[in-house]
Amino acid sequence: MRAVITVIGKDRVGIIAGISTILADCNVNILDLTQTIMQDIFTMMMLVDVSKCSISFADLSDSLEGKGRDLGLSVKIQHEDIFSSMHRI
Amino acid sequence: MISPFEIIETIKMIQEENLDIRTITMGISLRDCCHPDAGEACRKIYDKITSLSRDLVKVGEDIEREYGIPIINKRISVTPISLAAESSDEESYLRFAQTLDKAADTAGVNFIGGFSALVHKGYTKGDGRLIRSIPEALSTTRKVCSSVNVATTKAGINMDAVREMGLMIKEAARLTADNGGLACAKLVVFSNVPEDNPFMAGAFHGIGEPECVINVGVSGPGAIKSALEKVKGADFGVVAETIKKKAFKITRMGELVAREASRRLGVPFGIVDLSLAPTPTIGDSVAHILEEMGLEKCGAHGTTAALALLNDAVKKGGTMASSYVGGLSGAFIPVSEDAGMIDAVQCGALSLEKLEAMTCVCSVGLDMIVVPGSTSAETISAIIADEIAIGVINNKTTAVRIIPAPGKEVGDVVEFGGLLGSGPVMKVSPFGSEEFIKRGGRVPAPIHSLSN
Repeated sequence: MRAVITVIGKDRVGIIAGISTILADCNVNILDLTQTIMQDIFTMMMLVDVSKCSISFADLSDSLEGKGRDLGLSVKIQHEDIFSSMHRI
Repeated sequence: MISPFEIIETIKMIQEENLDIRTITMGISLRDCCHPDAGEACRKIYDKITSLSRDLVKVGEDIEREYGIPIINKRISVTPISLAAESSDEESYLRFAQTLDKAADTAGVNFIGGFSALVHKGYTKGDGRLIRSIPEALSTTRKVCSSVNVATTKAGINMDAVREMGLMIKEAARLTADNGGLACAKLVVFSNVPEDNPFMAGAFHGIGEPECVINVGVSGPGAIKSALEKVKGADFGVVAETIKKKAFKITRMGELVAREASRRLGVPFGIVDLSLAPTPTIGDSVAHILEEMGLEKCGAHGTTAALALLNDAVKKGGTMASSYVGGLSGAFIPVSEDAGMIDAVQCGALSLEKLEAMTCVCSVGLDMIVVPGSTSAETISAIIADEIAIGVINNKTTAVRIIPAPGKEVGDVVEFGGLLGSGPVMKVSPFGSEEFIKRGGRVPAPIHSLSN
């Protein structure tokens, strides 16, 4: 299963390091990564493969959201299909 | 990979524009639960509901988590209890309502629909018993919802049932006088009722439905309004196109959730109901969409036209996005559940008469309307008759969910809480309809029902 991680908020040092450390610890592979500044807001998106993830999806989600709170950012992980079903026929 | 702009659009629709899956409703047949002994029938009903719905809430929560889309309600609809209870000699079906309430508690759902009867052509023994049990059933249970279909385009209007429903609504209000007549908020009178509607209070599991089914209702008035904000001043072709595109995206999400829930629960997927269902939350209002089209207030002249366009465009966009569409599918205009509608009533822009006109072009009817507690049963029946006639003649579903709030007068506001919101008391005609309602009998089916 593939999922999309979105990180939205104010830019600062250590965002990618913080998120990717959690992913590496949980055996989640990063497939693609883009980042941009949209309307003055730092926005990063990662496409990840969670099929070999060592913890449950709910725990991974909690851990990423927790890291987001530490960094003062919104971090969400969602199944890729929510985006593909909405935007692709 | 999906583009960042598309990802942001989806997240914005969910986080800022209140896009959500309004309900995952599991339909359960109770046709094999009939038994001459009411206690035994209730036991079978309880066991069947709780066993089939065991994982419903958990699966809903898992999907919510994994896909990041809020699923507001998990609910259950069952075969009309008039059918399931009829084999017993029980005079009152209160015990069946209590069984449903208990099953809903065990399943962890917030409403269970199907304390219902279909009486468009007349009553069976069970129908009459069920209808007369409604006031007590709704006032002594918390989660049970009730509906009665009193007319169809093919059968005409059962005016005896219309008269009796006026009396039952008054009685249900009286029994819950301390809560503003709350029991009436769980009771809908229908014409041409759909058998696969996932929305409460009118949901039940129709007799043509399979053993168990998953139906999903989507919502997203905020997302539509937000899209229209970007096309200010554009002509109606652009407005319709904008709504269609947004409705498509909203419905795709509903379809995905419905299929996923169906797969995980091992239950067939029934339909997606393409409705715009408002909530009292600011930014989740159908009235505000109409105002965004250029009306100073919902209820101003032009409102019916605006709603007609909205309703049609939602259906056109949504139909393309789902393989099976059903239920009510259209814009809802429940007064107490829509911040814009409440506001429009309070400032005098929106009247009962205008709402009646609006129901000719949208999906349901006079919904969550609070009227003075002094309104007579005959006047309520006459309001129902008017609304039902609109449905029968126009070959569409219409419904009435009306609350004659005891002790309340025009100008008062009744608080129901939660998704039911708060309803300003609306003015009804002071002129009587007693002799009209007293006639009873059946209004014949309209000429265009003879289509075979």
